[in-house]
Amino acid sequence: MSIIEAKGIYKTYQETKIPVNALNGVDLKIEEGEFTAIVGPSGSGKTTLLNILGGLDLPTEGDIFIEGTNLKQLSSRQLIDFRLHNIGFVFQAYNLIPVLTARENTEFILELQKVPKKERRKQATQLLEAVGIADKADHRPGQLSGGQQQRVAVARALASQPRFIIADEPTANLDSKSTNELLEIMAEMNRKYRSTFIFATHDQRVMDKARRIVTIDDGKIIGDETFEGR
Amino acid sequence: MLIAIAWRNLWRNKLRSAVIFSSIAVGIIGAVFSDGFMSGMTDQRVNAAIANEVADIQIHQPAFLLNGEIRYQIPRAQRIAQKIRTLPEVKGVSLRMKTQAMAASANAGTGINLYGVNPADERKTSDLHTHIIEGKYLSENQKIPVVIGQKLSRKLDLGIGDKLIVTLTDSSGTITNSAFQITGIYKTANDRYDAASVFVNKKDLAKVIGYPASSGDEIAIRLKNSRNTPAVMKKLNRIFRKEVQKKRIILQSWDQIQPLLKSMVSMMNYFSYLFLLIILAALAFAIINTMLMAVMERTREIGMLMALGMNKRKIFLLIMLETVLLSVVGAILGLLFSILIVNHYATYGFDLSSVASGLNYLGYSSRIFFRVNTNFYVMSIVLVALIAVLSSISPALKALKLQPATAIRDMI
Repeated sequence: MSIIEAKGIYKTYQETKIPVNALNGVDLKIEEGEFTAIVGPSGSGKTTLLNILGGLDLPTEGDIFIEGTNLKQLSSRQLIDFRLHNIGFVFQAYNLIPVLTARENTEFILELQKVPKKERRKQATQLLEAVGIADKADHRPGQLSGGQQQRVAVARALASQPRFIIADEPTANLDSKSTNELLEIMAEMNRKYRSTFIFATHDQRVMDKARRIVTIDDGKIIGDETFEGR
Repeated sequence: MLIAIAWRNLWRNKLRSAVIFSSIAVGIIGAVFSDGFMSGMTDQRVNAAIANEVADIQIHQPAFLLNGEIRYQIPRAQRIAQKIRTLPEVKGVSLRMKTQAMAASANAGTGINLYGVNPADERKTSDLHTHIIEGKYLSENQKIPVVIGQKLSRKLDLGIGDKLIVTLTDSSGTITNSAFQITGIYKTANDRYDAASVFVNKKDLAKVIGYPASSGDEIAIRLKNSRNTPAVMKKLNRIFRKEVQKKRIILQSWDQIQPLLKSMVSMMNYFSYLFLLIILAALAFAIINTMLMAVMERTREIGMLMALGMNKRKIFLLIMLETVLLSVVGAILGLLFSILIVNHYATYGFDLSSVASGLNYLGYSSRIFFRVNTNFYVMSIVLVALIAVLSSISPALKALKLQPATAIRDMI
């Protein structure tokens, strides 16, 4: 069974008098262990699709199943809880809680999951080591570079042991060196723990690393390529 | 961790938090200052009234209260007074002979309350002897002495050694005159009392009126601690149950004798809390505004927290905690300063000598020694916390209305 199955997804925003059709019938399946990039020009609907895959937004039409659970049938409270235990997030910016240290940011998600203090301290330290930032564990986001912040965000996303991780333009604000390092870390996590990553991006460097590229335009999937051996 | 986040969030915009801390602190200082001032003022008035004027408890014949005529003598007054003196809570008992009279000098005349007292007993019951500013207080070995207030001495233009002519009704109902020699002049903070209260030896007054010196129409009881007044009232009513039931005597505590004073104490308390509430209500708007700004500035962050899986209850709690911490820190700062200020003025007094004559006319001292009940401090903190909780509702609801996808869309 696929981890994610999106069936006939339509999303219409009605924020102004003219409705905007962000997604026009998207069907997509994501399997465990994928390292997939959703690409497309600005306004193509990739962020909308990512939000729907991540349970941050619900489709106007169609259904989204995550390991058999239809997200449309969950109450908003259940949906929040579902995200907490099943989905990891890495955003483009404003990723971390600015008043917490790197370690506390990583631990935060575990606290929401009610993991005992000792255990979460141990896990957070391990994860920060894994993303190569253990020496900055007691620094607040403001004291870290953009690349370091994104690594903490990856550590936090992994901390909840999610079924998959949604990363929306995670490299948009990073220089080449930091981008390469971050991608390497995510690729390693993907190989080592079979963590599933789904990116929305228009960064060529991310596309070069992705094993599957789903191209979207005008709210429709117009291409779906798999690159074995990456 | 929620408390840690809320606490650290306070320090993100230091200037804004500092403004709120200061406004709450200043508000609290204002409220405590006014409570300290008003309580100090009423305390002094009450203490002075008890110490110099009415004592803690008085006993009369019920009919005496209606028109103050001297013929309503307390039956077996000596025995009652003696019995009360044996109570451990009692500091002094004075059996007085009180009557209304006219006092006159060569220049002027005025109505007065004339008190015939036994100096030794009166010294234990009233502090008036400590307010002598000229001459001496009454004693047994002076010849027909009288002690008058400074206000009356000025009104009648009389000084030490001068004669005071008193006109009064004697036991047979005849108008009679008598002369006393002024041996002492007193001054309390209450001008009106000073203008109308005149003290002579009871044995001298008894002779003029024609009653035995052992009789009296007023028993004034002073307690070691005025806080025991209600308990002692109960005790006395029990001891003299028969006399009270048969309406031979009536017992009154100071607040029954001067109900206005009592209602003033309650009114001042009420005003203190009202003032505090008004200040806090005004501050609530500042708090709401600050927290709304904080929520709006952090739309993306709150969206991120919701995306990660922080439920609405925790978001609500976070905003509420932040508001309460913001307010309570301000309140604690305010209270610390307030305690310093109150302690200073409790020790050295707040000098109002520039308006002394007006205050003395109303019976108040011109130096106010502040007092604030611990209750008022506790209530300030409780009310601030309560106001903070109420103020946090609107910003917290605003935060809850955010949809993670929409909030985050701003982010991208």
